[in-house]
Amino acid sequence: MISKKELALLALILVVGAVTYSINPRFLSAVNIGNMANLVGLFGIFALGVGLVIISGGIELSVGSMFAILGVIFLDLFANLGLSWPLALAAAVGLGLLLGLVHGLLVTKAGLQPFVVTLCGLLIYRGAARFYTSDSTMGFGYGTDDAFLRWLVSDRTMGVPHTFIAFLIIAAAMAVLLHGSVYGRHLYAVGKNEEAARYSGIRTGWVITLTYVICGGLAGLTSVFIVFYTNSVSPSSHGSFYELYAIAAAVLGGCSLRGGEGSVIGIMLGVVLLQVLQNLVNLLGIPSSLNFAVMGSVILLGVLADQEITRRRKRSLAEAGALAAKRGK
Amino acid sequence: MTLLSMADIGKTYPGVTALDGVSFTLATGEVVGLIGENGAGKSTLMKVLGGVVAPSRGRIVLDGVAHAALSVRTSQAAGIAFVHQELNLFENLDVAANIFAGRELRKGPMLDRAAMRAQAARHLAPLGVAYGPDTLVELLSIAERQMLEIAKALSMQARVIIMDEPTSSLSLAETDRLLAVMRQLKAQGVAIIYISHRLSEVKAIADRVVCLRDGKLAGHLARAEVSQDAMVRLMIGRDLAQLYTAPKAPPGDALLQVTGLTTPAFPDRTVDLTLRRGEILGLAGLIGAGRTSLAQALFGIAPALAGEIRLDGAQVTIREPADAIALGLYLVPEDRKRSALVLDMTIRENVSLADVSRFASRGWVRRGAEGAVASHEMQRLRIKAPGVETPVITLSGGNQQKVVLAKWLSMRPRAIVFDEPTRGIDVGAKAEIYTLMRALADDGVGILMISSDIAEVLVVSDRIAVMQEGQISGTLERPAFS
Repeated sequence: MISKKELALLALILVVGAVTYSINPRFLSAVNIGNMANLVGLFGIFALGVGLVIISGGIELSVGSMFAILGVIFLDLFANLGLSWPLALAAAVGLGLLLGLVHGLLVTKAGLQPFVVTLCGLLIYRGAARFYTSDSTMGFGYGTDDAFLRWLVSDRTMGVPHTFIAFLIIAAAMAVLLHGSVYGRHLYAVGKNEEAARYSGIRTGWVITLTYVICGGLAGLTSVFIVFYTNSVSPSSHGSFYELYAIAAAVLGGCSLRGGEGSVIGIMLGVVLLQVLQNLVNLLGIPSSLNFAVMGSVILLGVLADQEITRRRKRSLAEAGALAAKRGK
Repeated sequence: MTLLSMADIGKTYPGVTALDGVSFTLATGEVVGLIGENGAGKSTLMKVLGGVVAPSRGRIVLDGVAHAALSVRTSQAAGIAFVHQELNLFENLDVAANIFAGRELRKGPMLDRAAMRAQAARHLAPLGVAYGPDTLVELLSIAERQMLEIAKALSMQARVIIMDEPTSSLSLAETDRLLAVMRQLKAQGVAIIYISHRLSEVKAIADRVVCLRDGKLAGHLARAEVSQDAMVRLMIGRDLAQLYTAPKAPPGDALLQVTGLTTPAFPDRTVDLTLRRGEILGLAGLIGAGRTSLAQALFGIAPALAGEIRLDGAQVTIREPADAIALGLYLVPEDRKRSALVLDMTIRENVSLADVSRFASRGWVRRGAEGAVASHEMQRLRIKAPGVETPVITLSGGNQQKVVLAKWLSMRPRAIVFDEPTRGIDVGAKAEIYTLMRALADDGVGILMISSDIAEVLVVSDRIAVMQEGQISGTLERPAFS
């Protein structure tokens, strides 16, 4: 069920955690664990979506900017225009799904490369968000809050943040989708060898488009969570670079950027590792300017290690094949 | 005078032995025809000589010096030029640049374009091509590109030229011109190794013929002994007539009827073809004749522009693979690693790939049922592997092809199109696949087999259709084969 790669990742998380704890015992304090869990939940939900796109052989660079535009629209509908929160939430998710659909169609019908499509998305959506607010920060204003919604998306039950609970639920659903459904099987086939999938009658266009739609929907949902986390949206910087976190988590978790590889557990572990690293930088008093440098180095080492392991695995498989051939076909 | 000799050359790749102790010599000014079935080892042997591949064992003696392996540089320095089967040209550069790629003429530190242009034109002249040294290769047809490869070899002032299927895309006139150029070179003392499936050409130009089969030397023929029959007999090891297995019953009525079909590759030609129930129709022709285009039109990869396809009398429209699959019309494509298999997936996953939903209940894939079907097919087709969870990348070419077959066989085919079914497969597995095809046909499935291997077409088909430049140029019934 859990592969060697994932076990190695888990081991790495435990090692880094142990090191951090030994230097600063506050690592395992309830407050710290709670905060980490909150962030894991927040980043994890959309990392799962981005991971899905990567498995399909594509990439999604625009989620950070989607948080900006969708966050701004949600806040405007809910706080300023007085829409009820379920409607505002539905609008955010719905718009996320729509943007995902646009990306998917541009990739499958217009034949554009995912990198290009989502890069343009990244630029366009943030620009649109800034225009929407005339480049100013949007907040909740006075008396325009909803206690229930706030409790739902940003509070904790028995110390466990609701974001984390939502993350677990969504991860479970994704695991079923990815590893057990027909769509999941088709997704892996398309990601690994789109031509063979096509020659087997799989509707590759639909599979890929659906993947972007799911990612967009998850991004839409996350944008609402983030709004309640930051309590305001400053479009020029809201959600900046978040897509890189998601991609890093997915890659660390075993999703190959070439497509066709990856698992839900892997993505989850990737998200956790990134948060633990972030926490390590904070708690160890390492200047936060080195935050990105630490993360980047770990990701680089992780990918190098993965490359080496895959190379060895391929060689042993080839040798096994030669042996089988000798034993008589 | 012996120019070079290769002694006891062996080459193994994971899963397959390409060459097993082959020895070969070449003298000045002689043309040696190198023949053999697909996968017999001809290309591999020449790649060893050209320095592209290092042998696992054996020696190559050039100019009295023995080598364990050659590099492209040593091979070229020794005067060996290689015209590859897969064209190695730079589409974004012009003809002159391609001819001098890696050996550019210089004027000081800068490129001497004028000199390269002039020399290129000189080398192109005897080939009688319609283009000049300034043409971008991107604009050239496959035939024109083949001529360019030959011009490139000529420009290397080689003592030995290896030609691997040089005429596969050339017209009769172009082929004649090439043979004339080869006779000229021969007179100048250049030795040529000529690999070809076109036995008539081999007969026309070769001083002697060497035949490889299954990685070993199968025999050789002196000029006087060379005939089509003798060559085919050496290639397949037995007399043609003995190998053929007759169908259990005469072919049924028409299963698949193609009328007036135009494919995107040949928009001004039409194809008319009838495939009967229970027959194996071999579709022969040269590369580029339009056979794969026909297969792609039948399977919906590149749908036909016009024309009619009838299955069991009823007209059908095929716009995408799912349409063809729904009708029970399947395709085993030419390049199985690229188009038919997801190599990293297991046998079980590949077998179910064309219709995973038949194993799903309420959206959840039942791996047990999937595995059972894969197991059943593995047994039926005698796929040699540890189990259904084996990744197909570890399988030999023959077993991989069987997995592709298993995928379609598990879905009750009505007609199957095979495109080069035994490419890259050893003789033992080939025979198994032919037996499977016969068994399928006896079950009433119509089989259209596209093959560039004459021996294969002659041995397996009940009936042969020949395709040339986008249309069927003739059909032959069995008694007329030879």
